[in-house]
Amino acid sequence: MDHLSENLRRTPLYALHVELGGKMVPFAGYQLPVQYQSGILKEHLHTRAAAGLFDVSHMGQATLSGDDPAAALETLTPAEVKGLKEGQQRYALLLNPQGGIKDDFMVSRLKGEPTLHLVVNGATKEGDFAYISERLKGRATLRPHIERALLALQGPAAGAVLSRHAPESEQLIFMDTARMTVGGAPAIVSRSGYTGEDGFEISIDASDAEHVARALLGEAEVLPIGLGARDSLRLEAGLCLYGHDLNEDIDPVAAALTWSIGRRRRETRDFPAAARILELLAKGPREKRVGIKPDGKAPAREGAEIADKSGRVIGRVTSGGFGPSANAPVAMGYVETAFAREGTEIDLMVRGKALPARVASMPFVPHRYKRS
Amino acid sequence: MSETRYTDQHEWVRIDGDIATVGITKFATGQLGDVVYVELPEVGRKVGQGGEIAVVESVKAASEVYAPVGGEVSETNPALHEDPSKINADPEGDGWFFRLHVSNKGETDKLMTEAQYAEFTKSL
Repeated sequence: MDHLSENLRRTPLYALHVELGGKMVPFAGYQLPVQYQSGILKEHLHTRAAAGLFDVSHMGQATLSGDDPAAALETLTPAEVKGLKEGQQRYALLLNPQGGIKDDFMVSRLKGEPTLHLVVNGATKEGDFAYISERLKGRATLRPHIERALLALQGPAAGAVLSRHAPESEQLIFMDTARMTVGGAPAIVSRSGYTGEDGFEISIDASDAEHVARALLGEAEVLPIGLGARDSLRLEAGLCLYGHDLNEDIDPVAAALTWSIGRRRRETRDFPAAARILELLAKGPREKRVGIKPDGKAPAREGAEIADKSGRVIGRVTSGGFGPSANAPVAMGYVETAFAREGTEIDLMVRGKALPARVASMPFVPHRYKRS
Repeated sequence: MSETRYTDQHEWVRIDGDIATVGITKFATGQLGDVVYVELPEVGRKVGQGGEIAVVESVKAASEVYAPVGGEVSETNPALHEDPSKINADPEGDGWFFRLHVSNKGETDKLMTEAQYAEFTKSL
């Protein structure tokens, strides 16, 4: 083991990844598989055709409790949290006091429970948890669940597969969440994910993780999927990767995530930097996150400059690569708002050459969530 | 046709008369994963030994390809633009990248033999 990997943590499924031929790489402080033997392309296409199992145990899970945890959490996010019904999950942004995006996360309220369940990004979890605890001191208490694993089962066959191990999962539609047993193990299951497909995220005790993962992998439709395909799947679905498409210098308006600002919250104006964000919302941001489709076959990667047709730099690519289901290169990035309209012709600067491209609507591959 | 020689950057080269055929090794494709795009040089381009000459992109990342010997590009593999997966399927055959008019055949002496390359990749 080299020096670097000594400092990396392992998820409860580490031994299983190695057994399955996972190519382990450092990611968010963990050793995780970038791919298994079948490779990124096949893993990606398999997830969209059948079902894929992802180990996302590096992500941060926590419970927020207190007299009114929703009201407390609303001081840090523009999302509608108080109105979150029992059994529902919602996407939310954690904002810094300047209105920059500190993280994006999921918040859910389980039936009959006064607490909120949070899932934040792996690379940011320590900072998020410290920030939330500090900011909500005296109002709410955050308890991280370091003992819990998180599996994602994604793809059109995910519903059929999970129903064999957790019949109650059939009751869930997109963004529903409930406690149930999965393969006999107590779990929190939500019908959501990071691929644009129907699917579930399954939070279980670390000690149950391998048993549940093996049970799901034992189903004919399911292959294990690594980080490489996770990234190409989420990019095709137009979903942001924190630290790349989002960071503390980007506000929710530029990020085109204003749909995550609750309607009531726009009236009450009681979230971080509300005045500034609502002004941006009214006047339009300086730059905006957009989808990008290169005209040719060469992918543009993160960091590539975006230029207008006169050669002036108007933005940058924040995620880019080849989309196996789109069967074409796809990217997202930020451009000056005047260039954000769909169809606008732009150039992507790759290895000193201008590759013609167009601003495109996202997702690049239609979402197939189970909405009813 | 001469024996195949290998570079420490995982290119292979085979010389036939004055013409060198170049590609990337099976080991390289194993490391890269599925190739989705390749940028090949224009015919007529001159390159020195070790010079950057092509780019290969997998789902994961872009990697430079270096000329194993110096020369002038005489031909590129037309099949690769339509079907870059040929590089994964047959890296040291149908998946060749380009051909060069070699300027100095002696340059291959600095490159590894098949046995040496096999040893080299084992050490990685």
